[in-house]
Amino acid sequence: MQPPPASAQAIVCHELTKQFGDFRAVDKITLSVAQGEIFGFLGANGAGKTTAMRMLCGLSYPSAGQATVAGFDVYRQQEKIKQNIGYMSQKFSLYENLTILENIEFFGGIYGLSNQQLRAKSEELITTLGLHKEAKKLVGSLPLGWKQKLAFSVAIIHEPKIVFLDEPTGGVDPVTRRQFWDLIYAAADRGITNFVTTHYMDEAEYCNRVSIMVDGRVEALDSPANLKLQYHADSMDEVFYQLARGAQRGE
Amino acid sequence: MGAVTLQNIRKTYEKGTVLAVDDVSFTVEPGELFGLIGPDGAGKTSIFRILTTLLLADSGTATVDGHDVRKDYRAIRSTVGYMPGKFSLYQDLTVEENLSFFATLFETTIAANYDLIKEIYEQIEPFKTRRAGQLSGGMKQKLALCCALIHKPTVLFLDEPTTGVDAVSRKEFWDMLGRLKQQGITILVSTPYMDEATRCERIALMQSGKILSIDTPANIIKAYPGKLYAVKADAMHPLLHHLRAYPAARSSYAFGEFVHVAFWDDQADDDEALRQYLAGKKHTGIVIKPITPSIEDRFIDLMTAAPANAHATATR
Amino acid sequence: MKQLLVFIRKEFYHVFRDRRTLLILFGLPTVQILLFGFALSSEVKDINIAVVDFARDNASQQLISKLQGSTRFRLQRAVLSYPEMETAFRRNTIKAALVFPANFNVDLLHTGHGQLQIIADASDPNTATTITNYLTAIIGDYQQELNQAAGPLPYQIIPETRMLYNPDMNGSLNFIPGVLALVLMIVCTTLTSVAIVREKELGTMEVLLVSPFRPLLVLIAKAVPYLVLSLLDFTLILLLSVFVLDVAVRGSVLLLYLETTVFIIACLSLGLLISNVTSTQQMAMLLSMMGMMLPTLLFTGYMFPLENLPVFLRWAPNVVPAHWYYLIVKAVMLKGLGFGAIWKETLILAGMSVALLGISLRNFNIRLA
Repeated sequence: MQPPPASAQAIVCHELTKQFGDFRAVDKITLSVAQGEIFGFLGANGAGKTTAMRMLCGLSYPSAGQATVAGFDVYRQQEKIKQNIGYMSQKFSLYENLTILENIEFFGGIYGLSNQQLRAKSEELITTLGLHKEAKKLVGSLPLGWKQKLAFSVAIIHEPKIVFLDEPTGGVDPVTRRQFWDLIYAAADRGITNFVTTHYMDEAEYCNRVSIMVDGRVEALDSPANLKLQYHADSMDEVFYQLARGAQRGE
Repeated sequence: MGAVTLQNIRKTYEKGTVLAVDDVSFTVEPGELFGLIGPDGAGKTSIFRILTTLLLADSGTATVDGHDVRKDYRAIRSTVGYMPGKFSLYQDLTVEENLSFFATLFETTIAANYDLIKEIYEQIEPFKTRRAGQLSGGMKQKLALCCALIHKPTVLFLDEPTTGVDAVSRKEFWDMLGRLKQQGITILVSTPYMDEATRCERIALMQSGKILSIDTPANIIKAYPGKLYAVKADAMHPLLHHLRAYPAARSSYAFGEFVHVAFWDDQADDDEALRQYLAGKKHTGIVIKPITPSIEDRFIDLMTAAPANAHATATR
Repeated sequence: MKQLLVFIRKEFYHVFRDRRTLLILFGLPTVQILLFGFALSSEVKDINIAVVDFARDNASQQLISKLQGSTRFRLQRAVLSYPEMETAFRRNTIKAALVFPANFNVDLLHTGHGQLQIIADASDPNTATTITNYLTAIIGDYQQELNQAAGPLPYQIIPETRMLYNPDMNGSLNFIPGVLALVLMIVCTTLTSVAIVREKELGTMEVLLVSPFRPLLVLIAKAVPYLVLSLLDFTLILLLSVFVLDVAVRGSVLLLYLETTVFIIACLSLGLLISNVTSTQQMAMLLSMMGMMLPTLLFTGYMFPLENLPVFLRWAPNVVPAHWYYLIVKAVMLKGLGFGAIWKETLILAGMSVALLGISLRNFNIRLA
């Protein structure tokens, strides 16, 4: 896969560190993600992925190091960051007891879409996902795979510069999982940067570049093809196994 | 007589409006390592809860060790081991306290069956005075397995033991299960990860409450209709679009660094025709090679073939 | 049997390792008793009182000027009649009134006995008691002055006290049985239901059910620790009352413990019932707070006099176990009555306990759904 032109950097971080007491959850990570790139953020349980992601989303302050997200500083411009990113996780995504339309209206409203934009967006979104018949159904009644696709579409409803996806496809069937990645590709084509964590190693292959965290540090960062070459491995699964096997700590 | 049998089991929720298990029948032989493979919502947990006597089926019969799950539930409860999907230990008790509590509950002691858990327990023993809530995911999983094994169960039910666990811990866990099988324990395990299916002796592929296929992993792969090709080119995303528009292809979907392509009716020159088609679309770095399908390929094939699965139709 | 003991020990681990549970168990009753205790002895200042002076004589004028000299009271203009006084009470412009009968001075000088009436608004019983105490003290002072000036024949002024709205003075010391009922309710009902539902949430309930341990024993193992802990709490409250607030236990302590155990069984059964019908800790908490604590506060009679309940709610206290327990403790602890006086209440409470226990056991599910 061709990485997009490195014209603009969506995320730049330099020796970003988070310290909890004696425990260094994130240890001087340095990486940059280009605008429109699909970036796989991998690591074993407890490697520090969630902590790093929280800092990048403007939810917690780093202990040391620098980082900018969508051009905004993670120390001083957290509110600006939040306006320019989307976020979706396996656990919380949508309100189960609201209908599909109500969820779209709610999240669109939060991000300040006008009524006109909102109407156009929800029509477009429901058509893309083929949810016309279900638009007035409660989200809780949908199959998991649909929920996740809907949650992703809602997370990018305000056309953010970057969307953070935390294990978005956990437990989703293999067909729907691939449909989900189609949505990611489509978003990337529109210039949205996708920052993804996953436990499925085949999904790591779908990323332009992948970083693998071990014990709070970024141990490897390159395209899947180069990583396989470097570690003499047939699959990303093997690369991951070689790196993470030596991990000292759990979550 | 199988260690576990199910006959026409059906289970609904919400007063019959949500169908969770739809007429499922299968048998697990004594000493077998049997896997229920399927995504969330396939009905795996419902089946496990019916077999462990936690839920009653709407209709159908099931037995564990020859005991009926409805009538002889007490007999089943004292012989089986069960690890639910949720982390099911007391977070505020230490590793040792958890283990000895469950040992007492099952009217045994840690010492009595220590040989069975020895290998697993030794890995967490250095932390035996630590509270379970402070263990890492992999260690919690090992402790939960020890607790489920402490009374030397005849049948072990493991509901999604590897969900949310990283690839390294998953591998270790399956190695442990392989060794437990040597001890003669019948093991039923469920997982959403298709790549784990080959670790089982026999598997049932499940989707929306139904069994799509049930056999040994090798036979399930063998049953894949026709040939499967892995295709790669420099520009992967356009490649997928072009392959989907290719009329001879039955299905095309991303699979790791490749796109997997199956044809409607297999011709000898399928690959050559495809190469020309792609070259015509100005693709470079084209790689086309025949491959052996994986369980996941077969699952996708079965899912897309079954018309009942209305929401799984898109991968053409 | 060994299993049950190990299970009960585990429950105690849970309690003693959770700071919040410990706080509710021992902090809550202590704070409640001390707070109410302080409220009881609170200083009274600038209380509005009215004087109804039918005497208009020397003695009444002297007493009134003494009252005016006190910083505790603010004398409203002298009202002329009972109806005026009652209106003032109802409008809440006065908290108490002092009534001089027509021949106050004459009676006092000629017979040596003078009668006075103190009327207080007892809807706030603590304040009412304090006010009457102060008024009585001022009258006593005046009597002493008279006696020092006069000869050997002592004068005696007898104040007669009347409590408006709440003649039984429900609430003065009655907060102790009230707090008892409330705390036992929280410990037994809320904590027990939360302890069971927590296992459902954690997924450990599934493992417990899929074990040879009988499901009914799970309930017993959950109930026993909280029975012990609530008896501990009961002892704590008694000790605090006796040694900090100087409220003596007048009746039989043994009888109190027995009656308390009956009430605890009712609360535990309620807790088990709640845990059967809920699956999250929040829901269990909400249900026991709304469904159990609110009625306890409203309908036992220790916060609000039951006489003030609207007619359509008059039946409500009868179905609240805490109400009967409150009556029993009040009778035994504060009035020193024996079993003969409370057998009816005991019978009703015991009946409720048995019924609740029966319902909760019948509803207990040996499966998940």
